[in-house]
Amino acid sequence: MTITLFAFYVFAATAIGSGLLVVLARNPVHSVLWLILAFFSVAGLFVLMGAEYIAMLLAIVYVGAVAVLFLFVVMMLDVDFVQLRSGVANYLPFGALIAGILLMELGMVYGHWTFAGEAGNLLQSPTPDLTEVPNTYALGQLIYTDYIYLFQASGLILLVAMIGAIVLTLRHRTDIKRQSVVAQMHRDPAKAMEMRDVKPGQGL
Amino acid sequence: MEAFFASNFGIFLIIVGQALLVVAFMLVSAMFLVYGDRKIWGAVQMRRGPNVVGPWGLLQLIADFLKYIVKEVLIPAGADKAVFLLAPLVGFILSLLAWAVIPFSGRMILADINVAVLFIFAVSSLEVYGVIMGGWASNSKYPFLGALRSAAQMISYEVSIGFIIVGIIISTGSLSLVDIVNAQDGSYGFFSWYWLPHFPMVFLFFISALAETNRPPFDLPEAESELVAGYQVEYSSTPFLLYMIGEYFAIWLMCALTVLFFFGGWLSPFSFLPDSPLWMVGKMAFFFFMFAMVKAITPRYRYDQLMRIGWKVFLPLSLAWVVIVASLAFYDGYDKNLGGAYARWTVEGEK
Repeated sequence: MTITLFAFYVFAATAIGSGLLVVLARNPVHSVLWLILAFFSVAGLFVLMGAEYIAMLLAIVYVGAVAVLFLFVVMMLDVDFVQLRSGVANYLPFGALIAGILLMELGMVYGHWTFAGEAGNLLQSPTPDLTEVPNTYALGQLIYTDYIYLFQASGLILLVAMIGAIVLTLRHRTDIKRQSVVAQMHRDPAKAMEMRDVKPGQGL
Repeated sequence: MEAFFASNFGIFLIIVGQALLVVAFMLVSAMFLVYGDRKIWGAVQMRRGPNVVGPWGLLQLIADFLKYIVKEVLIPAGADKAVFLLAPLVGFILSLLAWAVIPFSGRMILADINVAVLFIFAVSSLEVYGVIMGGWASNSKYPFLGALRSAAQMISYEVSIGFIIVGIIISTGSLSLVDIVNAQDGSYGFFSWYWLPHFPMVFLFFISALAETNRPPFDLPEAESELVAGYQVEYSSTPFLLYMIGEYFAIWLMCALTVLFFFGGWLSPFSFLPDSPLWMVGKMAFFFFMFAMVKAITPRYRYDQLMRIGWKVFLPLSLAWVVIVASLAFYDGYDKNLGGAYARWTVEGEK
């Protein structure tokens, strides 16, 4: 068994095992921690496939940012674990049904997926040979040179979504004390302090 | 013998040996970093610092180390035991992991991968888990508050660090740290390093590095006047030691990154002296000295001020710098002999 194959089995087994534990763990925080391990093993699988750029991006974006936010939310929520588990028996058949249908669909797609003969010629920008060009460079060429308009358009859509989320949650509160940083920086001793000569035993 | 080292097992042994070498270097330097930190801090405050164990107190850290590992590990009754013990391990191992891709010279590098910068970025964005897990698993309010502060702080400053690095990458055209240093090797020696063309970002990077490693003046997560010791409150003995060493590894890593990105790594500043890994370590030590001086002479920031600087000052500045560098690199002369300041692409790319 070569080392690559060994690494594949380790990562794949860890990904599946921790994926199961995400669902089975009793404590939601543990679930998120298992989810992080699952992301991490998938990143390992990407490295084995030679897609090191995607692997690093997965680690940075999903593990480093998204999962941290998950963890924040789950830690802050005051969840009653017993209540959360109570309906499992009722929902289990329905969940199993959905899982079964998805698995069947995946199997059908996988079994019948073929490329049409002329598909290769129709590609506007063929993937460069990865033995000659590093895949980070190839990806950069595709995203920022060949498909720059599509990339910018998807960026705009994300921007609109972000503005929408901010607008939906923005409430301007008037009942809290605000700080003006400029005003704070322009305070000087002459304005902020007054020197008084205090006589002993008399006070001000 | 040569045949043995060309076989799979031989290569495995060589890699393990190199990894152990890096770990040994890190442990020894961590020891002297803590010593140096305390000595410099002491000198600024006109104290002597550690001076009892060994000559000039040099062996103080060995004594401390022994004390830490023979003490009892205390686990709070309400703690989540597994996560509580896992957290310091995560913090320690991740801060060591990033060193796998740090080059000490063009050939002295454990793994010369072509996405080294992204690897470091990924690993350092994971370091926050050690802190969050520790704070949460302690099941106590001060550690939890400290962990939340630390997580928010590290995520905020990672953004500006990321944009500063993007500027460097645009200039180099490669994500490999060896390429980044080689791109700084110009005919003007000291003045062809990136600190000159990327001048304002050196300060931004240094300040962000202070915040990213929770060093004073941004040590809010362990502000002892408010949070006792932040996420480390419940930790004792070896787990605490792991946290502490991990923190110094992270600081040392930030010194290494400053040197690699802006100060030419192992390149010699004078043309009559050869390039050498000693330059690299010397420059790193200089930046550690700066870290220690900042710790000694600045008062702690308020938390809202820290967040304001991160999001409202550093983020717009570094984002604007990315745009400026991109346009400068596009209109720069590519010919390296003429000293292209912003476009030093080592990978063959189209203009």
